Amino acid sequence: MMLAAEIAWTHIRARARQTLVALSGVAVGVGFSIMMAALMEGSQEDFIRQLVDALPHITVSDERRAPPPQPADAAYAAAEIHGLTPAVRRRGIKNPLATLDSLDGWIRGSAAPSVQTRGIIRYAGRDVGAAVIGIDPHKEPRVSNLVAKMRKGSLASLYRATNAVILGDRLAEKLGARVGANITVQGDKGRIGAQVVGIFHTGIRAVDESTVYALLKTAQILAAQTGLVNEIRVRLGDPMAALETARRIEDETGYKSVSWQEANEDLLSTLVIRNVIMYTVVGAILLVASFGTYNIISTITHEKARDIAIMKSLGFRESTVRGIFVVESALIGLSGAILGWGLGYLLCLALGSVQIKSPFMDTSYLPLAYSPLHYAIATAVAVGSSLIAGFVPARKAARVHPVEIIRGAT
Amino acid sequence: MSGGAPVIRARGITRVLPGVVPTTLVRDIDLDIGANEFIAVTGPSGSGKSSLLYLLGLLDVPTAGEILIDGRATAAMDEDTRAGLRLSTLGFVFQFHFLLPEFSIRDNVMLPMRALGRLSPEAARARAEELLASLGLAEHTAKRPDQLSGGQRQRVAVARALANDPRVILADEPTGSLDSKSSEQVFAILRDLVDRQGRTVVAVTHDLDLAARTDRRVHLVDGRIVEDRPTPGGEVEARVSG
Repeated sequence: MMLAAEIAWTHIRARARQTLVALSGVAVGVGFSIMMAALMEGSQEDFIRQLVDALPHITVSDERRAPPPQPADAAYAAAEIHGLTPAVRRRGIKNPLATLDSLDGWIRGSAAPSVQTRGIIRYAGRDVGAAVIGIDPHKEPRVSNLVAKMRKGSLASLYRATNAVILGDRLAEKLGARVGANITVQGDKGRIGAQVVGIFHTGIRAVDESTVYALLKTAQILAAQTGLVNEIRVRLGDPMAALETARRIEDETGYKSVSWQEANEDLLSTLVIRNVIMYTVVGAILLVASFGTYNIISTITHEKARDIAIMKSLGFRESTVRGIFVVESALIGLSGAILGWGLGYLLCLALGSVQIKSPFMDTSYLPLAYSPLHYAIATAVAVGSSLIAGFVPARKAARVHPVEIIRGAT
Repeated sequence: MSGGAPVIRARGITRVLPGVVPTTLVRDIDLDIGANEFIAVTGPSGSGKSSLLYLLGLLDVPTAGEILIDGRATAAMDEDTRAGLRLSTLGFVFQFHFLLPEFSIRDNVMLPMRALGRLSPEAARARAEELLASLGLAEHTAKRPDQLSGGQRQRVAVARALANDPRVILADEPTGSLDSKSSEQVFAILRDLVDRQGRTVVAVTHDLDLAARTDRRVHLVDGRIVEDRPTPGGEVEARVSG
């Protein structure tokens, strides 16, 4: 193999310009593949991070997957019962504190109670509908990153006034309310006066313009149900374990327990399709690059037909002759891939410096994922396709009948 | 033929090129080539001289008949085995030097040794330099073929043919593209290989003067041997075929 490698190296060196063109083809293919993979995976990671950050990993609500059996169904073994008035159940999770204690015992993370209700926020003659979320300021930091999103005030500020609220910055802007403003929150069954004690900003427009945080007690008053806890929010050390943990919570509590993956099932399945598209495009780029390698190896074998005949007449085995051209393609593929690493990295740096301005999100930079896996995959595909591209003409070259060439030359 | 078992023995070999109109290159050839012989294969153009040489050198496969090298039948051998036998037992010199242009002449001479793998690269290098020096090319070892004259290149081709110390050198018009002075030099080298080194040389040539200075002349017409006899002053027994 050393001999084949030496001859291959000599061929490559002797054809610097052709080699450079083939190398450039592979390098550009690998570089753009790395850039595309970084961009696609970066945006996917960023998207998932935002999903995971913005939402609890698991939401346990007071709903059930299947409607609970009605008392009449339990009492009579009839095939069907019609015309009965269903029993009205009290809203909220039963014994929420006991449920929380139970969850705290085994989940690898934290759980916090909350009350979800809706209300209309009134201030200075303006009415804006919003989700009012009752939270426990002590436990909330363990299940959400709201603390980090506070622009003014803090979660503890909720204790400073009666019926204190924290508004999203866009909501506050819509209302024209500032910290200290006294607003009115109109719920389904009642109305309370409240004081703005803080402003938060998540960067997600839908959240910032329609969410209000309050103490559990305040939300319970607004929902007109003392002790109501209609949602337990869970944050795990490993967000990817949410699916399995949610299933177990649901088995143990009977309440509908939705992981962030389930809540965003449609989006995540879109990401799978996106990945298929990405790898297809990346594969296509590298395939095109491999045509360059095929071209150069074909040209070399064509030009070297006489030399091949000579080597075979001297007694070189077919495998040695084939090896020469396979090694040449491998060298082109590998060297092109190494050049492509540098190109890919530079392209990533250039893309990473591009600012993105969106009306729905804060100004940010293109999210990119720098992963050795991208480099490894691009290299494997480039070298693999170069080897295949080189093998075809190499096999043909190795089968050359030396006499035909020698006769032609003489 | 000199005494002892033939190095190459051809028995009833025929080579037909397939095609719409099949072409017979050589027909029904019987030929024994012994050790330490210098044989000239002569004949008019298209008589099958080179075809016979390629068959004897295992570069081509006969359509019928058998070629034995050192008593080993070659018809049933696979291509790799034939290549191995070619590499270790036979050396080729063609009309055109057929050196690899990107390699130095030393590397060209080293190629067969490297392919056979009996010698280490260092030993192969030393032997290549020794062979080149013995052919008067000591100061040219690092040059590329295009930096040498035609006669020098052909001497390099002879050195390459001798690289693996073969018993038989097969030369196809070795002086065909050389001027008279270079032809004389190359012929003298081939003669020396037989006389002083005990090798066998089979050379296809058009040059009857050179052929007359070999030990034996095999003359072909239309793919058949029409004459196989020792040249005057040669040591080989006369044997007339056909």
